[in-house]
Amino acid sequence: MRRTTTALAAALFLAVGVGACGGTGDDDNSDKAAGAPAAKTGKLEPADLTLWVGFSAPRELRVFKGAVKEFEKLNPGVTVHVVGGISDDKLIAASRGGKTPDVAQSFSADNSGAFCGSGAWIDLKPYMERDGISDEIFPPAPRSYTQFDGTRCALPMLADTFGLYYNEDMLKKAGLDGPPKTASELTEYAKKLTVKNPDGSLKVVGFNPVMGWYTNTPASMGPMFGGTWVDDSGKSSLGSDPAWAKFLTWQKDLIDFYGYDNLVKFQAGLGDEYSASNAFEKERLAMHLDGEWRTAFIADEAPDLNYGTAPLPVDDDNRDLYGGGYTTGNIAGIPKRAEHKDQAWALLKFLTTDDRAMVMLSNGLRNVPTTESSAKSPDLKPDPKFETFVKIFSSDKTTTTPVTAAGSAYQELFNGFVNKWQAGRVDDLQAGLDDIDKQIDAQLANVEGGQDVP
Amino acid sequence: MSLAPATDRQRRPSVPADARRRARKKAQWRRRMTVLAFMSPWLVGFTAFFAYPLVSTVYLSFTHYDLLSPSRWIGLANYEYLFSEDKQIWPAVYNTLWLVAILVPLKVMFAFGVALMLTRARRGIGFFRTVFYLPALAPPVAATLGFVYLLNPATGPVNGALGLIGIEGPLWFNDPGWSKPALSLLLLWGVGNTMIIFLAALIDVPKQLYESAELDGAGALRRLRWVTLPAISPVILFSVVIGTIEALQLFTQAFVASTIAAGSASSAGDPSNDLGYPEDSTLFYPVLLFQQGFRFFNMGYAAAMAVLLFVVSFAITLVIVRNSRRWVHYAGGGT
Repeated sequence: MRRTTTALAAALFLAVGVGACGGTGDDDNSDKAAGAPAAKTGKLEPADLTLWVGFSAPRELRVFKGAVKEFEKLNPGVTVHVVGGISDDKLIAASRGGKTPDVAQSFSADNSGAFCGSGAWIDLKPYMERDGISDEIFPPAPRSYTQFDGTRCALPMLADTFGLYYNEDMLKKAGLDGPPKTASELTEYAKKLTVKNPDGSLKVVGFNPVMGWYTNTPASMGPMFGGTWVDDSGKSSLGSDPAWAKFLTWQKDLIDFYGYDNLVKFQAGLGDEYSASNAFEKERLAMHLDGEWRTAFIADEAPDLNYGTAPLPVDDDNRDLYGGGYTTGNIAGIPKRAEHKDQAWALLKFLTTDDRAMVMLSNGLRNVPTTESSAKSPDLKPDPKFETFVKIFSSDKTTTTPVTAAGSAYQELFNGFVNKWQAGRVDDLQAGLDDIDKQIDAQLANVEGGQDVP
Repeated sequence: MSLAPATDRQRRPSVPADARRRARKKAQWRRRMTVLAFMSPWLVGFTAFFAYPLVSTVYLSFTHYDLLSPSRWIGLANYEYLFSEDKQIWPAVYNTLWLVAILVPLKVMFAFGVALMLTRARRGIGFFRTVFYLPALAPPVAATLGFVYLLNPATGPVNGALGLIGIEGPLWFNDPGWSKPALSLLLLWGVGNTMIIFLAALIDVPKQLYESAELDGAGALRRLRWVTLPAISPVILFSVVIGTIEALQLFTQAFVASTIAAGSASSAGDPSNDLGYPEDSTLFYPVLLFQQGFRFFNMGYAAAMAVLLFVVSFAITLVIVRNSRRWVHYAGGGT
């Protein structure tokens, strides 16, 4: 008996860890749109607001504080305290019982489903209707990733868009004129631009298509072939949409040109993505998929690099896709327990819909402004390399990933499959994709199932 | 003569009997309260940090709970999903059991071996003890970063040294076949705590037992088998049980190693979640549990996973403890 008790006690310690994180949450959020907007008046009541943002670098926070100062000037009596370095974990913990800010910003549009679906962030529709703001001012992609299941609990606050970076000098040296526009051209360019060391290892890689490395993900690269994530009935369509199999076959062919192990070894020898040792900045890559923010990093860390930017090449059989890409971005909303909702809405509205604020933030942070009008603003700092991304963002071919109640879980399942595929450990691609569809549908059914506890 | 005592006897049970009973009860009550008062810090801690989380975990395992809204009752759905539909569970179970089956015996043998060598050292024993114990003081995150750097297949000194003698080193944390052995190397390196316990036990083995065995003609190996091992068997049991629990809970090192080795950094909107890299080979059960609970807003399911982990770890520990009767010898004669 004593041994049974010992074993039980030992095992108990394991179970307790998770339970300690439990609890049944906030029970009073049946009213998802807690707090109706006050009637619109000319002047805001004085209040001290708190704004939580994910940005943490002093330069980034300075930019944010500059925009906030403009808001304070327009609204005397309202002061805003900006707190940086806030992760989604902190936002969630605060929503569960701590002190919430008046306005919260998250880097992860994938989590809109959790914030909107749970009522942790209030529905902004009543405020938008009151102030005559239509969500049509945002392009379709950011409009989509800031709402879930009919609840608009967030607005886009700057976006990230992905495109192709290419080293002009290397292309010129190889006799290549301009960036590749199709997948087959990309392969051809990549092969020509690859340089090996005398021992056969890779010195410069033309284009590295390995997923999971730097910003390479099925989400950021999939739009090259126009792959869709869900079908009309809302089911996962990785297997039923032939674009994914075509994309993965193209990707694996290029990986096989290098040899998967050679690429893994090459990657292991490269510097950190967000450091001055970034492989593209160090000229270890001739072409590279990256976000618009890289232009600011290059200006700061490798100002002499001669490079260009372009939309990602597309499927040879679907050239109409050229010009589009993948976009996602920051989202911002008002937590349910925010103290000063009306003033918070005024701040949120200013930061996400006012062109002056948008341009100020975009110029300072070098992220894409998220309203259609601000993207065309003449006040945007002129930079043709950055403009490529503004154009991709505004393209009607640009897509984003679906918002679900389980965050990015479906992407993770797919990423896991793609990792096996690219390493050559999947025999039947189509069967594998069909199986992943089943797993994703089952996972979402598990997350979305059940009834409220009476 | 005899009346007086009789009167006393008759008088005593009348009124004082009730009073005495009350007094006894009161004293008993006071004693219980005193015991309770002394136990209260433990009781409060036990209830708040042990019993309540445990009961909550079991309750939450029957619900969907996204951390933000009230939980929804879904009956056995989490368990059905766990056993029949979640295909990530089985690689995670395999990886964790791999640790229990391979790493735990290795750790115990390695710690025992080092401790045994330290008992034989004639000079600088204090120095060697410190050197072998020091890695246990390294913070797990820093130690993991160090190992990922050392074992980097392109720039790491280990593969560099192997290259000098004509061996092409493996991809270590970047190869699904080598990632668990690489993690095992890291965990063996930090085995200092277990080693110290073994060392104390080895020093404690009565000298006369060795002397008698030697007189009986037992060589070094026989003395190890028939004197040392039985004498330290309770410590071996302790190390196996604690090692098993640690293996079942392994999280930090796997989390850090997979994220760093994958070579991607988190950026805006990019899930960049490389847990389990490469190819789910470091996706241990607690890593998957964390991912489900805190990344995928699926805490109810994570709770179901925790309940299963509890049951499995209980079973494993029970098997070890039951089985130990045959080989653990206590100095007091108990088994």
